[in-house]
Amino acid sequence: MAILELSDISVRFGGLQALTDVSFRVSEGDIVGLIGPNGAGKTTVFNVITGVYQTSAGQVSYDGKPLIEMRPHKILALGVARTFQNIRLFQNMTALENVMVAQHSRTREGVLGAILRTGAQKREERRIRGKAMEALVFMGLEDFAGEVASNMAYGLQRRLEIARALASEPKTLLLDEPAAGLNPAESRELMHTIGRISSLGISILMVEHDMKVVMGICRNIVVLDHGVMIAQGKPEEIQRDARVIEAYLGQ
Amino acid sequence: MTTPASRKLWLGYAVAMLWFFVLLWPLLGITPEGLEFATSFGIWSKVAVAAAIILALWQLKQRGVFGFVSRPVEALSDSLGKATGVVPTWVWLSLVLAGALAFPLLTERYAHDVAISVLVYVCLGLGLNVVVGMAGLLDLGYIAFYGVGAYTYALLSVHYGLSFWLCLPIAGTFSAIAGCIIGYPTLRMRGDYLAIVTLGFGEIVRIVLNNWMSLTNGPNGILGVKPPGTYWWSDGKIDHIWLGSLEQFYYVILALAVCTVIAVYRLNNSRIGRAFEAVREDQTAAELMGVNTLRIKLLAYALGAIFGGLAGAFFAARMRFVSPESFTFIESAMVLAMVVLGGMGSIPGVILGALALIALPEVFRGFELYRMFVFGGVMALMMLFRPKGLWPAKRMGARSEERD
Repeated sequence: MAILELSDISVRFGGLQALTDVSFRVSEGDIVGLIGPNGAGKTTVFNVITGVYQTSAGQVSYDGKPLIEMRPHKILALGVARTFQNIRLFQNMTALENVMVAQHSRTREGVLGAILRTGAQKREERRIRGKAMEALVFMGLEDFAGEVASNMAYGLQRRLEIARALASEPKTLLLDEPAAGLNPAESRELMHTIGRISSLGISILMVEHDMKVVMGICRNIVVLDHGVMIAQGKPEEIQRDARVIEAYLGQ
Repeated sequence: MTTPASRKLWLGYAVAMLWFFVLLWPLLGITPEGLEFATSFGIWSKVAVAAAIILALWQLKQRGVFGFVSRPVEALSDSLGKATGVVPTWVWLSLVLAGALAFPLLTERYAHDVAISVLVYVCLGLGLNVVVGMAGLLDLGYIAFYGVGAYTYALLSVHYGLSFWLCLPIAGTFSAIAGCIIGYPTLRMRGDYLAIVTLGFGEIVRIVLNNWMSLTNGPNGILGVKPPGTYWWSDGKIDHIWLGSLEQFYYVILALAVCTVIAVYRLNNSRIGRAFEAVREDQTAAELMGVNTLRIKLLAYALGAIFGGLAGAFFAARMRFVSPESFTFIESAMVLAMVVLGGMGSIPGVILGALALIALPEVFRGFELYRMFVFGGVMALMMLFRPKGLWPAKRMGARSEERD
């Protein structure tokens, strides 16, 4: 059954048609790669799904619920978490705090609980901290829990972004160019990590330029060019598709 | 002295001195009697010689000529730092609290008066710290909430004779409502726009207080506000007394300040506090990570306003009189300066900032004329050398490791 479904999405910024009638689905447990040349509209797709941009036409649904016109924090609460192409961590907060923020939508305690430090609030704080540490351990970042995000190495910051997204207990994870700027060893490590995330039962939609990563782990691939979906299918089909080759290499 | 670095340094010195003369001469040299160079040149040469000496000393220090002095001093401060690090935080806190409790017994009236205003500004600074330091929303009209709190208590006390303690939560509520009213339209604004709107709101509140004659008695203010009362054992029975003396006021505001510190500290280390910080760091990312940013920003305004309103109610009780003059823009700027000077988001920083900006000018009363001059100079130097404030905020990871 389809869990995340985009049907006939169009997005227009003034005179620029960023996306035209894009439709695809990410089934439960799937790993889908979203590829295409620069400016094809891949990140726009992410921004539409997570509620940052409004669509001009079309519908996004998640588990049968329409996502259009829903605020981003509600979409996260439904179980769609994402990372960013240019890392957007909370720079002056520690790794642990960054990850703890992601638990916000899963927790309740308000101002009064915090000020009076009630038993329920303390239990909840412990739970948040536990979940956050779990996510850090999963990404192998437990030794950097107390490190301020901006002081961490680039590769670690990329991992921290994934840890933060995982800490929100998502059912679907959107990764925006997770391999950008990583060296070959780190890329292999990343592929392994994505496999582990998938085995937790989390569906993955990823934008990526590194074909080795995309072809290596994605079970399905969607190709965009100039805001139009030009192909969709298994990696081996995509590699043979004439239109895809043309889009990438020119005629 | 011929390394490229030092040549660059002295070139910089020459340019700076030239610039200084160009700046100085028009101020001193253009007189009704005509152009004059002697005075400005005299002052200029003194400054130039002094700067040259300081620069030369600094260069020598860079080369390690003064190593025989600085090394033992560094070793001493190092070992001192280690020794103080061993003592747990609660010991320091209880020492500070004991000092604060004993303060009125050891000093006279004038010092009490200064201490009370320091503590009022501590409360205000901590409240503004929630908005500016934690949530990163620049608020230039913060004093309006102080005014709302003060007028709420003053009016309820004068017209209905309500007790101070009952009015504290009411003043907090009214300020919170005022905070939401200003917060709501600004939710979608960032940075400069937000600053201008809050600046305008602060002025609106002051002008309304000034002109709504039937309610606030306008510029004449409201007289006869009651001090806090309490029941106390005297002459063998429990009696109602007014806490009207300076020491009693001191203890009331100390209690209020301690409560504010605890509340802000706990808030800082909670889910809500982390959400505030996430909004400050990256609003879009915070929203995408599940933080309802509109709600959280409104909450930050309301909370900041509550702390300001409580301090305002105390201020009205302390002065027994309120008038719009106490809530001018310069007060907002003062509180903001405390937060920035002390360190955004840092509780001890804000307390230090309040001490520095309220107590120090009192200590140096003799130089009152130069106060604003020194104030400006100190702010400029701070931004150059300690841009994160006197006592920058600590991060969570470090804190949690201390605890474990």
